[in-house]
Amino acid sequence: MPEVKVRKKAMIVEEIFHEGGPVAATPQRRGAALVVIHNPYAGKYVEQIDGFMDDLKPLGMEMAHSLVRALGGDPKAIQGYGKGAIVGSAGELEHGALWHVPGGYAMREVLGDAKAIVSSTKKVGGPGTRLDLPITHINASYVRSHFDAMEVGINDAPRADEILLALVMTTGPRVHARVGGLKASEVKGEDGLR
Amino acid sequence: MKATIRKIATFVEEINTEMGREVNPPARRAAAVAIIENPYAGQYVEDLSELMSIGEELGEMLTQRAIAALGIPGPSAESYGKAAAVGENGELEHAAAILHPKLGTPVRRVLGKGAALIPSSKKRGGLGVVLDIPLGHKDAAFVRSHFDGMEVRISDAPRSNEIMVAIAVTDSGRPLPRVGGLTKDQIKGEDGLR
Repeated sequence: MPEVKVRKKAMIVEEIFHEGGPVAATPQRRGAALVVIHNPYAGKYVEQIDGFMDDLKPLGMEMAHSLVRALGGDPKAIQGYGKGAIVGSAGELEHGALWHVPGGYAMREVLGDAKAIVSSTKKVGGPGTRLDLPITHINASYVRSHFDAMEVGINDAPRADEILLALVMTTGPRVHARVGGLKASEVKGEDGLR
Repeated sequence: MKATIRKIATFVEEINTEMGREVNPPARRAAAVAIIENPYAGQYVEDLSELMSIGEELGEMLTQRAIAALGIPGPSAESYGKAAAVGENGELEHAAAILHPKLGTPVRRVLGKGAALIPSSKKRGGLGVVLDIPLGHKDAAFVRSHFDGMEVRISDAPRSNEIMVAIAVTDSGRPLPRVGGLTKDQIKGEDGLR
């Protein structure tokens, strides 16, 4: 199986105090861990690629752990998550799909018993491409206050033969959430949806 | 706090390889960025002293955030830089008032030394504007390996009545520097230049 070759890592943390309304008692934090790796399948069509998912698992775990650390260190404080990938121009969208399993399961493992599907997005793009990482509640996808997103990107990545992998986590709802729907306090936490 | 802060973001980059060659130790840089209300938005004000005080306050806070994000004590920082982007209802001079009169002193206090000029850039722009923060060695501006820059961008800032203020700190120069010039082990550190 191909080796995972890391060129660069980046960590982005935002702390949001208000957005024109009352200042939050506890500011919302959202963070994203980004890692730029070599795409072992760049420039050619390779039929059998799924083994690379296993190779990415240790990197996924490392990213999930460092993201929790960047958000204060307590896995129990994490309330929302998401993931994404940007594949450089010599790769295919399917290479980005390799991130679903190692990225998603790493976060669930680090966060304990997260039940909701990890929302995700992916695209093919050049250096500086921006990606809007979707975010949902970790235990119940329908919690409306936690639907969120974080824009990420790195000006010099991904190069043509690279993949930019991303994980995102938040510590709370949108700062002035007030459009109703299922509340975090009402989550049953059985099916990952409600 | 004199500044009304809407949001603070930190960015950390760690470069592990460049052109396939290992960067050991990795080159690391961090930027801390605050989004504040511009008290002078939409009007011409002669006396900009409030923004100068805000600059002093942000100099301390953002430098602390940047070194915390790198996980280093202040004196271990090697290079630094600063930048500001003013939202469309402000003037370029508002950025100057924050950056130039008072921001540098607390930055140098936190980093232990800092004989060199803190390189800076400024602009006016809309949401998502890109700031390229120039970087130079903190004790000797002529150290060629440390001439660098770091790009930061926040998708929802600055709004028209806001200012985005950034401080960048590194614990290293460029990855794999090899264009000669003054090296960091040759620093005299007397005049801030060499």
